Amino acid sequence: MKYLLLKHYRGGPEPVEGWTTMDRWTPDEVDAHIQFMRDFAAQLEENGELVSADAVSPDGTFVRHAGEGRPPVTDGPFAESKDLIAGWMIIDVDSWERALERAAQLSAAPGAGGQPICEWIEVRPFMSEPPSHDELAAL
Amino acid sequence: MLCGVPLRDLVPSSIGALVRRGADFASAEDAVQDALVIALRTWPDDPPRDPQAWLITAAWHRFIDAARSTTARRAREVADVRSRAVGADAEAPRDVAASDDALDLYFLCAHPSLSASAAVALTLRAVGGLTTRQIAAAFLVPEATMGQRISRAKRRISEVHLGERGEVATVCRVLYLVFTAGYDGDVDLAAEAIRLTRRLAGLSDDPEVHGLLALMLLHHARRGSRTDPQGRLIPLGEQDRTSWDTRLIEEGIEILVAALARDALGEYQAQAAIAALHVDAPDAASTDWVQIVEWYDELLRITDSPVVRLNRAVAVGEADGAAAGLAALALVPPHVPRRIAVEAHLRERAGERAAAADLYTLAAAAAANTAERNHLMRSVAPSAWTHLRIELDGTTAEVFVGDATEPDLTVSDLKLGADASGGVGLWVDQGSVATFANLTVTQG
Repeated sequence: MKYLLLKHYRGGPEPVEGWTTMDRWTPDEVDAHIQFMRDFAAQLEENGELVSADAVSPDGTFVRHAGEGRPPVTDGPFAESKDLIAGWMIIDVDSWERALERAAQLSAAPGAGGQPICEWIEVRPFMSEPPSHDELAAL
Repeated sequence: MLCGVPLRDLVPSSIGALVRRGADFASAEDAVQDALVIALRTWPDDPPRDPQAWLITAAWHRFIDAARSTTARRAREVADVRSRAVGADAEAPRDVAASDDALDLYFLCAHPSLSASAAVALTLRAVGGLTTRQIAAAFLVPEATMGQRISRAKRRISEVHLGERGEVATVCRVLYLVFTAGYDGDVDLAAEAIRLTRRLAGLSDDPEVHGLLALMLLHHARRGSRTDPQGRLIPLGEQDRTSWDTRLIEEGIEILVAALARDALGEYQAQAAIAALHVDAPDAASTDWVQIVEWYDELLRITDSPVVRLNRAVAVGEADGAAAGLAALALVPPHVPRRIAVEAHLRERAGERAAAADLYTLAAAAAANTAERNHLMRSVAPSAWTHLRIELDGTTAEVFVGDATEPDLTVSDLKLGADASGGVGLWVDQGSVATFANLTVTQG
């Protein structure tokens, strides 16, 4: 079963006490954080659990279709938006419990002072294919 | 298929033969994969007389080479293994040994110490002879990840002795997982599961193995009728029965009847019996739901699972009416997946349209896959017209459903602004089907 582990720049529940954003860390602390991410992804791969891992820039915009022959309409960036995604990992594991365990490990990435940042990780199951035969699948 | 030989069929007994000669499982498996690559290259020009013997010999040479290139200590072990191997060859006629080896491999790859996903991957590779790349593609994970998953699985069972056979139920469970994995890719996993189970049924006379094979065949026979060309689910009652594969159905029923005659009922035989009753009905209305309920009762005696209870509630609803179905549903714990969908279905049948619509909406939100979610969405108000009123004022829109006096949805910041002009468009979300009628636009 595949799960999306979402890291947020902001958003989600109240951060734990002492939580600071990356722009307040020293360069060494940032390096240590990134190295943790790399090691964690490598370890997931070694365990046969990694599907992909990516980070995205906080700068971006909303865009939508504006009708045939018209340029797309953009909106943003929203400096004040409540929720901002920082990156994600997609894992393929045997159970929801395992997904939570992995997410919690990811949340222990080091931040200021090398301490685990204990950030909130959002865990979302992927929509799967329908079961190939279950009588209940189509009542 | 190469030179008229289904090459992959030769893999498990080749691995088994190497292990019997003293190779460890992981190295044997690697060596056979290497030999397969050579076979693919050389057989078209130079077909072997005995493909199985060729593959074992080629794999054995690969194993020896690999072992030699490691350390001197390892080389001594190989020498030791080689001297033992002479005796092993003389031990038994190869046919018997080959089938025993293959059966041993099924058990090894489904070993209880492995996680479900690891057992599935290892079975597909070592028993099924698929490449890591094919398995990775079938499960939509990177090849490196799948390679590691298989390596770890091999390491985990490295201490297990080949020939240490556990319960056949563990093997059945892994094959059933392959069958239900349901992804699309180059490899048809359902067909692969049937192939592996068919071969297992040739190696083992356990009635549950045969029950599992029957179950797969009976489900597979209906495969094409379960979805329409757009991928929408078609309920069993509405499926085109003329499109069912009668050849698979006949084979499945024949295998099931023979298994049941052995008088050692198990869960796969019981499930196959239920599947057989479904395919046996010439039309949905003549389905023998009373007998299906009886089989669910049997299944409950064998394995009292909430999922079986939930299925049983559906069957009871059909056999004895919606009220009886709802009573049966009361015995199902609240958090079982699809319980809400079943309740919605039963309430709808009981004539409780409004309650059913609410439950379908809840069930759709809880669905674990998109096809099922869309199906449930379409069930919210089947074949019923819904009256919708949208009031626009400046950049605010209020949406009223039915006779609602309070808006069900308010959009306070229309993006095109208050002065937008042009046509009016009506649409529904992807995966839904709707018809619009009686559109009127008035100015207040």
